[in-house]
Amino acid sequence: MDFFSSLQELHAGLLKREATASELADLSLQRIASLDDRVHAFLHVSADCVAAAKETETVIGQERILDGIPYALKDNMCTRGIETTCASHILKGYIPPYSATVAERLNDAGAVLMGKLNMDEFAMGSSTENSGFFPTRNPWNLERVPGGSSGGAAAAVAAGMVPFALGSDTGGSIRQPAAFCGVVGLKPSYGLVSRFGLVAFASSLDQIGPLTHTVEDAAIVLQAIAGKDERDSTSANIQAPDYRAALTGDVRGLRIGIASEYFGPSVEIGVRNAVTKAIALLEQLGATVSPISLPHTEYALSAYYLIAPAEASSNLARYDGVRYGVRAVDAGNLLDMYEKTRSTGFGSEVKRRILIGTYALSSGYYDDYYKRAQQVRTLIRQDFLDAFESVDVIVSPTAPTTAFRLGEKVHDPLTMYLSDICTIPVNLAGLPAISVPCGVIDGLPVGLQMIGRMFDEQTLLRVAHAYEQAAGMAPLRPALAMGVKA
Amino acid sequence: MSLSRKDVLHVAALARLHVTDAEQEALAQELSRILAYAAQLNTLDLVASLAGVEVTSHMSVSSMVTRPDAPGESLPPEVVMANAPDAEEQQFRVPAVLEG
Amino acid sequence: MTALETVIGLEVHVELGTKTKIFCSCAVEFGAPPNSHVCPVCLGSPGALPVLNEQALALGIRAALALNCSVPAQSKFDRKNYFYPDSPKAYQISQYDEPIGQHGFIEIAVGGEKKRIGITRVHLEEDAGKLNHSPYGDVSFVDLNRVGIPLIEIVSEPDIRSAEEARLYLEEIRSIMQYCLVSECRMEEGSLRCDANISLRPVGQREFGTKTEIKNMNSFRNVQRGLEYEQERQTGILARGENIAQQTLRWDEATGTTLVMRSKEDAHDYRYFPDPDLPRIVLSAAYIDARRDEIPELPAQMRERFEREYGLPAYDAGVLTASRGLAEYFDQTAQRVRDPKSASNWIMGELLAYLKAAMLEIDEIHVTPFALADLIRLIEDGTISAKIAKTLLKDMLDSGKDAKTLIAEQGLIQISDEGELRAIALRVLAANPKTVDDYRAGKEKALGSLVGQMMKETRGKANPQIVNRVILELIAGGE
Repeated sequence: MDFFSSLQELHAGLLKREATASELADLSLQRIASLDDRVHAFLHVSADCVAAAKETETVIGQERILDGIPYALKDNMCTRGIETTCASHILKGYIPPYSATVAERLNDAGAVLMGKLNMDEFAMGSSTENSGFFPTRNPWNLERVPGGSSGGAAAAVAAGMVPFALGSDTGGSIRQPAAFCGVVGLKPSYGLVSRFGLVAFASSLDQIGPLTHTVEDAAIVLQAIAGKDERDSTSANIQAPDYRAALTGDVRGLRIGIASEYFGPSVEIGVRNAVTKAIALLEQLGATVSPISLPHTEYALSAYYLIAPAEASSNLARYDGVRYGVRAVDAGNLLDMYEKTRSTGFGSEVKRRILIGTYALSSGYYDDYYKRAQQVRTLIRQDFLDAFESVDVIVSPTAPTTAFRLGEKVHDPLTMYLSDICTIPVNLAGLPAISVPCGVIDGLPVGLQMIGRMFDEQTLLRVAHAYEQAAGMAPLRPALAMGVKA
Repeated sequence: MSLSRKDVLHVAALARLHVTDAEQEALAQELSRILAYAAQLNTLDLVASLAGVEVTSHMSVSSMVTRPDAPGESLPPEVVMANAPDAEEQQFRVPAVLEG
Repeated sequence: MTALETVIGLEVHVELGTKTKIFCSCAVEFGAPPNSHVCPVCLGSPGALPVLNEQALALGIRAALALNCSVPAQSKFDRKNYFYPDSPKAYQISQYDEPIGQHGFIEIAVGGEKKRIGITRVHLEEDAGKLNHSPYGDVSFVDLNRVGIPLIEIVSEPDIRSAEEARLYLEEIRSIMQYCLVSECRMEEGSLRCDANISLRPVGQREFGTKTEIKNMNSFRNVQRGLEYEQERQTGILARGENIAQQTLRWDEATGTTLVMRSKEDAHDYRYFPDPDLPRIVLSAAYIDARRDEIPELPAQMRERFEREYGLPAYDAGVLTASRGLAEYFDQTAQRVRDPKSASNWIMGELLAYLKAAMLEIDEIHVTPFALADLIRLIEDGTISAKIAKTLLKDMLDSGKDAKTLIAEQGLIQISDEGELRAIALRVLAANPKTVDDYRAGKEKALGSLVGQMMKETRGKANPQIVNRVILELIAGGE
């Protein structure tokens, strides 16, 4: 048993007493100890995880798959009593007074929190190089980025340090790192998973979801975290269906849409080929494939890079050094305190986005920028609604490239933004989407994105699962993870 | 659309960010590039097609949510102040606020 | 020089009388120890989210309807962004372009004339925290108990033409809010606050002059004083041929002057945008109707009805409708007596004096409107004299017993039996021949003395009208 085993296998092992929960926690600690000095996925490893694991041992039951299973959280989800920083210096040492709903639900399900994972500061980035503390590296190639902003989560799962992790996705921050690291990443429909306790980046786009090795594991984790939360007014009043029951392996008659807008010139040839092959496989399985059009895709990035920074400029205004977080030491008057605290506490990408967002909302520019972006958003939603009249799932590359080199795009924010072209429209429309591995090129994984109808995670998971089973690739193991004994 | 150094300073002041002389020019250029990209939203074709289009400000499909007016627990006093960078007698301390 | 007209608009904040805050379940309590009613939402903790209090919404809608606003089926919350230590999220959740109420009005009485003051809008928002300042002026302290207390802001049209009208408008707003049980509106506790915009223009000119905004007028008296001061100040500036500077001013009660807080150049850019954490407010017609049904008869309607139905003078109607409790007290009393004016007299005289001295509210006293009406009816049917009734009312207020019980206990029933009174009068006249002679000699005062003797004999229980008549008859008959 290792953390490339499925959750079902780990659960069966615990039931059969092949291992105990504290042994699994120990195993996770060993993997972290032997690998994380190279990968740098964790910001914080929980001191009492083994003790917490021990507590679950007495209650492990047939139906409680997550009992005793180790996991980790992206560090933008609040954990009571455990430092939560969003990989920002401004929150260094911050101990939340409460836990995020997802953390509570996983805790109730018996999962054991191993620690908190690195990310781009406040989830702003696509490479985890914007972490205020250190970059995370891709377990497939340590010279490459793991993607972002949930780079720590993708890397930790890919390297087998934990069997699953939770990330957050505002413009692709679960799916793109999942693609880069060869794992499954699910962004649920907006409102399916509570955002209570998720440190906000862009509130109308943020959504929490799982990173796992298989689609079934994603379904299991989603089952544990989905559903109405009274503490989040945007949480949908939906009874989560049985997601695993949807994994029938049967996609006969299913209609798959291919949008040319997602296969533009920025998509590398290797990625294009892998995705084309995956579509052919789905066709072999009995799905029908037809072209669709999402005509407003070209405006999605512009709209996103106004809406997300605008909301962020407001969401991040609270970091002022008054009630929590780090206050600049040499502040004179109040204004000085605000400016020094925020200028030294935030990294350059965060500051850049705050400035763009502030500008987009400021007097005289609101109508031309923010309001227009919100209108474009309506058109993009409508594009998808129209497309879903004739297809059940839309398939595309998750990212136009495989993992790029550290430092390659860090000085070119706009190019970095452009790498999110396939994922961003999905957030603007609030839809569910999943990235599953569909190949490895030059030692780097490629991700296949599937987009579903609002709250139709079942169909999405069914297609992803059928593809995964037929492709026979999962779980992918990077070379780094194979050389490690645990 | 291009931003001047003055624009950068104005926006930075609104956002309570200090921008050094050295940063001003670089930020003016970076932000101008990003905004120039965003300015494709101002192309005539798009603007024409946006006439009368509703804004999507809320992703939420749930309708209005309210809670009953029933008191719950507040945080214990020591927890409220636990993360405070500077505090005195159960209050957060800040440099003097001039009335305004 | 041309005559100037004063133009005033008021922005009134009213704290809604909920048990908990608008977006979290922390209790609302005035005067609690600092930061004792605070949770992650109040702290603006990373990841905390707001959830709307249904009662805050209901009271806000009720208030908007009571102010004759139209309440749209949909409205929304926006974020008003500004940095200040009393604002933990660095934005206030408020409403910008789609408030819960618009286009309302109220009426005030100015010099006996009714005047309508337009209400531009009513919107819901959260209160900010409280700043306390070190006496040394080097630091300030932040208390977040008040953060998130639900408020409505009521913005008037610039229809107010004098400082007195401003005070009357504010008093009327308070009465309406109190009648509707929306708020207790205690200015001294800050549950009613008022900022004003004021400008001057030549009479007949349509365009407004340059305005100033005045803050910190924290009593009805100060609202009037502050605006009177500012009106004088602006008049002086214009008389010198100078221009008014657009500024925000702070009323300083101690010196009776306004001080500059900030000038136009420092005006905020609040960068309003829809709050993505709060879905739009969607109200059904049935919901709005239910809120409308909660609105009781309002003070203006009640004043009018008291004048019409009970024939009260306008002054009485005004005094009696000062609070809903008092008005209902009077209403219930007046319905049960023959002469409503006498009910008004008793309440405005004896009862209000007692309340003031005892520092009690009308709903805190022993005597119910039914008991007071019983007392008044005893006077009306001649069972007791007005004088005895006065004493009785004091006993009723102290003991909580009703008039009939006290009368029985103290044997206070008025003697109206003519035969009995005639017998006593004969004794009195016989015992005071000199006084009788004085009266006959034309000394009118002597009659009073005789009546006084009668009252003394009967310990005040003799019916004064009958006593007068009997004595006069006996004196005349004895000639």
